[in-house]
Amino acid sequence: MPANLFPAPVEIFRFLPEIILALGGTLIMVLEALTGDRQPKNALGHVSLAALFAALVAAVAVHGSPGPAFSSMLLVDGFATFFRVVVIAVGILTVFSSYRYLSREGANTGEYYALVLFSVAGQGVMVTANELIMIFIGLEISSIATYVMAGLLRDDARANESALKYFLLGSFATAFLLYGIAFLYGATGTTNLTAIRETVLRADGPSPLLLGLAAALMLVGFGFKISSAPFQMWAPDVYQGAPTPVTAFMSAGPKAAAFAIFLRVFVTIFEPIGDRWEPIIWVFALASMTIGNFAALTQSNVKRMLAYSSIAHAGYVLVALCARSDIGTAAAMFYLAAYALMNVGAFAVVAYICGKGEKYVGIDDLAGLGSRRPAVAAALTIFLCSLIGVPLTGGFFGKFYIFKAALESKLIWLTVLGLLNSAVAAYYYLRMLVVMYMREPGEATENLEPLPAGLRTALFTSAAGVLLLGIFPSRILEFAVQSAKLFGR
Amino acid sequence: MDVFLFFLFAAIAVICAVNVVVQTHPISSALSLVGVMGALAVLYLLLGGEFIAMAQVIVYAGAIMVLFIFVIMLLNAGEESKQSKSLVAQFLGIPGFFALLVVLAFGILRLFPNAPRVRFGEFTSAGAEELGRSLFTQYLLPFEVVTVLILIAIVGAIVLARKEMD
Repeated sequence: MPANLFPAPVEIFRFLPEIILALGGTLIMVLEALTGDRQPKNALGHVSLAALFAALVAAVAVHGSPGPAFSSMLLVDGFATFFRVVVIAVGILTVFSSYRYLSREGANTGEYYALVLFSVAGQGVMVTANELIMIFIGLEISSIATYVMAGLLRDDARANESALKYFLLGSFATAFLLYGIAFLYGATGTTNLTAIRETVLRADGPSPLLLGLAAALMLVGFGFKISSAPFQMWAPDVYQGAPTPVTAFMSAGPKAAAFAIFLRVFVTIFEPIGDRWEPIIWVFALASMTIGNFAALTQSNVKRMLAYSSIAHAGYVLVALCARSDIGTAAAMFYLAAYALMNVGAFAVVAYICGKGEKYVGIDDLAGLGSRRPAVAAALTIFLCSLIGVPLTGGFFGKFYIFKAALESKLIWLTVLGLLNSAVAAYYYLRMLVVMYMREPGEATENLEPLPAGLRTALFTSAAGVLLLGIFPSRILEFAVQSAKLFGR
Repeated sequence: MDVFLFFLFAAIAVICAVNVVVQTHPISSALSLVGVMGALAVLYLLLGGEFIAMAQVIVYAGAIMVLFIFVIMLLNAGEESKQSKSLVAQFLGIPGFFALLVVLAFGILRLFPNAPRVRFGEFTSAGAEELGRSLFTQYLLPFEVVTVLILIAIVGAIVLARKEMD
């Protein structure tokens, strides 16, 4: 019997965070079936939190033993650890902000928490994958779990629309990705990223035309998953219709993971044909920023507005990719971490305000939040400032590093247009602040319930994270630069 | 002979695939899909992938299509009602599709003008033994991770489709 039938312990260790998450998800489903109606309140949520925290610890511990695992299917490096921590943190914040929402809507909690865990596990697979097949499987796990979470409230027509749109368009985009993977396999004869890179760099490597075809097809798939223009059509409807904690989750976790594989594939494999895809990404970045920001100006629904803002933020990250440098990759990593925190935080505030059946999701419903719930208003102020890019918040340094990287790569026009875009964006974020502090309380804020403990934890943790990234960015950035340097070589 | 068989079954696969889309009755579409799967199985067989060909017939043409047809019959799905088609789809979609095909064909011909031709019967490394070996050694992890994918697909279907208990 060949020895390689049994993976070495260290290989299993490198896959430990995902193993914990998958086991946790299975455990929750078994527990729910066993306890039925007798389960204590929120117990399954606590189990999922325990699994997520264990996975977080494991992800950090695994960083101590970097390297490939399972015949080079996985590669644990700084880049993988960084994104593993981000997606697990998003999972934790999502669970914290879901407790009250789910009990208010009377939703089935067991499957919800299990799906969160599986989805995070899928994202973990994506960000550590060193193999196109693994990327695809991880993406599908993450996506399918998210489709189902979007449609969890089955009596809600908007949630059904959201889930169906997300599912159909998402599957369509995955097909493009798969087609691109097939072309890449045809061009290089392998699906392993390391091996593909070696083939591509050889003098007698595959023709740039074939590589370009594969890159174009994969770009469509990734572009959809990160909701960049011109593949952003689905995002506003889906974000608006899905239950708010799920919107928070899918606008941060799956998006960060999709960006991670996007960066990994384009920076490692398609680097030799970088001149060809750079102009395309340039257009995508500018279109995403412009369409996102200008469409957000006219929205009256907070969730829809944040959806357009999330399209614009995808554009900012694409600027960093367009820079095609290590510092650009590091800036994208930093920005995605800050973006995940501030976006989940902003959506958590919406989940608090919206009330049963999501009645209050208009911007006007924020009126008087400043006087009724000063702490929540303060947290939302921090998130909005960070989304604008005000100094002392994570968003500021994120944008700063991105535009610095872009300038270093001589992308002067893109930088100028990006900065102008940020100025436009300030208008709609500031409008929320004005409504929140300057207006008399309305129906929504008059009858707010006291802030539940779970939501409080989610809000304050993400607010603290945003401030931490804004006041002490250097350690995180250094880590990102370190990982970006080693990455793909 | 091999070339003749290839073109015969490739043509059958393409015609059936078009028919899946064109037919308005779901049962006709499903039966056309069986034709696609069967023709693909023959193509695999021509390439020497006996195991994959068998799996294709048993899993897709057999199990999955039978389920499809059961579901269609249980739902008693009738003929698709004609809807006014969008102008964009009519005037851009179909020409765009053919343009894409032309570009792909041109690209492939241009890229590999002297590529070695596929000779049927030369592949021998796709038997059950080789497949099983690589599935449990090199591709062990994807094989295991797919189980999670299937699990959440089942969970998702149940979450979205079950009856409320209360």
